[in-house]
Amino acid sequence: MAFLRVDPSGGEPVFQQIVDHVKREIATGRLHPEDRLPSVRDLAKELVINPNTIARAYQVLEAEGVTYSRRGAGTFIAATKPVVKGEERRRRFREAIEAALADAFHLGLSEEEARKAFDAAMKRFRLVEER
Amino acid sequence: MNPIAFERLTHYYGDTKALDSLTLDVPAACVFALLGRNGAGKTTAIKCLLGFLAPTRGTARILGHDAAALPPEARGRIGYVAEGQRLVPWMRVRELVAYQRASFPSFDGALCASHLKRLGLPEKRRVFQLSRGMRAQLALALALAQRPEVLVLDDPAMGLDAVVRREFLDVMIDLIADEGRTVLFSSHILTDVERVADRVAILDKGVLRVNAPLDEVKRRVRRYHAHFVGEAPEPPPLKGLLRAHRRRSELVLTVVDGEGSVEPLCRELGARAVEPEPLGLEDLFVDFTAERGGAA
Repeated sequence: MAFLRVDPSGGEPVFQQIVDHVKREIATGRLHPEDRLPSVRDLAKELVINPNTIARAYQVLEAEGVTYSRRGAGTFIAATKPVVKGEERRRRFREAIEAALADAFHLGLSEEEARKAFDAAMKRFRLVEER
Repeated sequence: MNPIAFERLTHYYGDTKALDSLTLDVPAACVFALLGRNGAGKTTAIKCLLGFLAPTRGTARILGHDAAALPPEARGRIGYVAEGQRLVPWMRVRELVAYQRASFPSFDGALCASHLKRLGLPEKRRVFQLSRGMRAQLALALALAQRPEVLVLDDPAMGLDAVVRREFLDVMIDLIADEGRTVLFSSHILTDVERVADRVAILDKGVLRVNAPLDEVKRRVRRYHAHFVGEAPEPPPLKGLLRAHRRRSELVLTVVDGEGSVEPLCRELGARAVEPEPLGLEDLFVDFTAERGGAA
């Protein structure tokens, strides 16, 4: 997680920034299943952030099935699929797209521009194969 | 039992009320930031907590003892570093260390030596020959060597450079990561507070106005930008309004728990668009403590 940066002065809680970052690193293939995350202590020292905040981010990641922990060994990226299933997954994704499209509207992007940006972003992520 | 508890603590300096019925608990293993403008009552609260000042009314309790009658045994378990703390100026660093060792049974000489070495503090130097930053670091090293259960820092990094401030932050992180000890600190450097604080309290003219986890404060306070056609109207009466100002066709409202109420109210007044904006601690602090446009 060499590139993990947090912005403590932002409005977004720091633990959420860490959660989002880890998810993104997995989705773009920079973190793989069984990769080990730094210890709470090491990450706290590296980022100069309260260890309780790091611990909270790790708890959320584990609760969402993104990571798992082995006693005494640390926290690892999980191979299992996310806990959210079926229609709920698509509903959440629709919400995310709609928020992005609202931004596109206010930024004055054309349909063509928005579609290109979406396709370009899609190439950087590794979505699951069609089943 | 909470290691630190203020109960209806009130203090007057002559006719001036410095603290108005402060009730506040600091839970164990928490990094608690006490914020407020100059003269808000932070130092008064901390002085009462350490028994340096007798409160006019109410009590401050630390490690289960009334601060006004703190036994020496309990005092030894409390580390304290204050802004511009006075250390005996003619003493050499090693003499101060020896003095401290004699005063505190829990004093860890090896730990102290390793801190001094890491900070590059020359043991033969006399206190008055040290720079401000070095003196602050020395005070911190001495306090940490006590291995305190509770560490109280009264704006110790005020006026110090970024490197020394980072040292203080690293120390707080170590304390929490290693042993889950409790830290109460006051600070003006809100970007530092955002890095290390679990909970924040904001004092305003002696009155406690906020006491909550940092993330919760950030989540509940939003600044709304309402855009109108033509001149923006007077701010509407709103529950939780901290601050309002008008910028031509824009009405800017900082509101606590305004989700669901601000937007419809502004729409009724004719707003075309209402955008909520999350706030960093610095903006939030300003809106809480500056002169207000409405009651909170």
